[in-house]
Amino acid sequence: MKRLGSPIELEKELKEVMGEKGVDELLGKAKEYKKEIEIRGKIGRDLIEEISKLKKEPKWMLNLRLRALELFEKLPMPNWVEGIESIDVEEFYQYVRPEAQPGEEWNQLPDWFKEYYTKLGLPEAEAYALSGITTVFDSENLVTKVKEELKSKKVIFTSMDEAVQRYPEIVKQYFSRVFPIGDYKLAALHYALWSGGAFVYIPRNTSVINPVEAYFIIGSELEGQFEHTLIVAEDNAKGETSYLHFIEGCAAPVLKRFSFHNGMVEIYAGRNSQIYFTTLQNWGKSIINFNNKRAIANENAHVEWVEGSIGSKVTYTYPATILKGRGSTTRNISVGISNGPYIKDVGAKAIHVAPDTKSIIISKSISSGGGLATYRGLVKILKGAKGSFSHVSCDSLILDEKSRAYTLPRNEVDEPTATVSHEASVDKLSEDQLFYMSSRGIKEGEAKALIVNGFIREVLKKLPLETVSILTKVINLEFSELGGVG
Amino acid sequence: MALEVLNLSVSIGEKEILKDVTFRLERGETTILMGPNGGGKTTLSFAIMGHPKYNVSGKILLDGEDISKLPTHERALKGLGLAFQNPVEIPGLRFSSLLNAISIKKRTGELDMSKIDPKVIVWAGRKLGEVGLDRSFLEREVNIGFSGGEKKRSEIVQLMAMDPKYLILDEPDSGLDVDGIKIIGNIVNGLKANGKGILIITHHAEITKFVKPDKVMIMLNGSIVEEGGAELIEKVESRGYKGYER
Repeated sequence: MKRLGSPIELEKELKEVMGEKGVDELLGKAKEYKKEIEIRGKIGRDLIEEISKLKKEPKWMLNLRLRALELFEKLPMPNWVEGIESIDVEEFYQYVRPEAQPGEEWNQLPDWFKEYYTKLGLPEAEAYALSGITTVFDSENLVTKVKEELKSKKVIFTSMDEAVQRYPEIVKQYFSRVFPIGDYKLAALHYALWSGGAFVYIPRNTSVINPVEAYFIIGSELEGQFEHTLIVAEDNAKGETSYLHFIEGCAAPVLKRFSFHNGMVEIYAGRNSQIYFTTLQNWGKSIINFNNKRAIANENAHVEWVEGSIGSKVTYTYPATILKGRGSTTRNISVGISNGPYIKDVGAKAIHVAPDTKSIIISKSISSGGGLATYRGLVKILKGAKGSFSHVSCDSLILDEKSRAYTLPRNEVDEPTATVSHEASVDKLSEDQLFYMSSRGIKEGEAKALIVNGFIREVLKKLPLETVSILTKVINLEFSELGGVG
Repeated sequence: MALEVLNLSVSIGEKEILKDVTFRLERGETTILMGPNGGGKTTLSFAIMGHPKYNVSGKILLDGEDISKLPTHERALKGLGLAFQNPVEIPGLRFSSLLNAISIKKRTGELDMSKIDPKVIVWAGRKLGEVGLDRSFLEREVNIGFSGGEKKRSEIVQLMAMDPKYLILDEPDSGLDVDGIKIIGNIVNGLKANGKGILIITHHAEITKFVKPDKVMIMLNGSIVEEGGAELIEKVESRGYKGYER
């Protein structure tokens, strides 16, 4: 495989890979494709058993699904977020299997898939930047490519479904142990209906140099996608460390009606491990997006969440780290853009359980064109988490009169020796600023993109180069659309 | 070739601010516009630039082309530049990024932010030196923490990056010491020699110690009340604007 030299080269190559257009525009109108199986109906025992049978699952997984179903039926619909009342989960197809033979090589798949895959620039990313990639289309993984680096280092990288079949002991030990089934109604729904996703197992003392990526595509309207990602880094011995950078991306073509994404990520970061998880959420404007993310960090482990939340109709996501082991740390950086009549309800949670733990949360939100951007966060320091430290900083940028931003942080501190701080700012783009910029020949959309770039510049410095490159591109595209208006 | 303002009237809501203003700014000439505060000088500069909140009647011709219906950024790209009296702060935006954007727009008409032109940055460093600003201003956020005089100098550098055909300088001499005014005066003379048309709005005409005007206009209560040569400056300096009031 081709090795990347300096980080600069990597950035350059990823820029080339990303091409010139926005994802929505890039994929165009939804393509017709054949579906082998479509399931829609009342969410009950029959439907769950049917899905499990299709997947030829072991009994323990079916039982887990049925327990989840029971909790789904019991739990109330969450009422804390705007827009949720419009979702009817039985309106969506709960399981869709496209007619295609999954494999390792993308170019052996049907033409409609190849076209999406190519337009997203994934063949080049696969060839040059990544050590592994898996792509979920509707409810199933279609391409899973494991490259030499992962093989030689004995890192397991498969679809989640295959992991259930091939590595049941590991899956049983960790699946649903990080994000509890009964956490809230939509988490229970996820576990009842989950299908597709990525599984990574990192043996001790193993650092994966090139990132792995999971790409999620929803191909049709009125569809539910419930992919599940599980990352397990084994405990390292003293003096050892392990490292993985996982990137997830998502896309949908232009759909006439809505589709529903209710995905989940569980990370078990063993002792001394470092897990970097980057999400580039660029769903089309027809997607209602729930992204449930949680990590457990053991002794001296580090978990880093980076979320670039650009697309979708509504997004709810609050990546959480439970700092369970002494000296464990987490950083959570989110950049959310609500451009148009869309909602971003994003945030972070840090639960400090052990002493000497540290969390840094940085949130930057931008609302424009009637958008609503909310930061919703929780820092909880349990009694006994002595000497723990947490800092939260939230900045909002509002680009016009129609748009809104809210900051809803919550701190629960039960340990007197802990240090917890919070800062927040709100900037509003004024008419005077726009007139000033336009008098320099810069039109409204361009001025906004420039100001947004400036607003997030500090945060970008903290991110891996490959993330920065993709994120900058996506942001420029998002605001250059506005260009015609000015 | 000239910038022509014909029968320009401007109002905001019910309030009429400019009344039937007509003048002609020739290329290669410097015109001074004087008048008391609140007389409509800044409104005139904003109206020529196309401020969206004004109701405007009359015409503005740039080298014969009617630009009075064009949005502000198109007027700028056609060759109109304005140095603001009170430029706004833009948090988060570096001065170097703004100059880079101005220069790319000027040359290509499109803005691709992923491209930073190192030549622009080198050029900007030199121009900063010429107006007496430290290179470190390139890394500063636009106008944030700039003193009054530093803002005036930064405005001039931005206009040089735009390289317009006609420049309107709104109070370029306020907030600057004599050395600063001299620097800006010399730059104006150089631009004039290069065939630019220059309109300088000034309250007390400090800059005319260094810039010889080809024409002087006096504006009062939204109208131009007198036009003439440099002798008008002396007249105003000795008698004030009282003589023009009815």
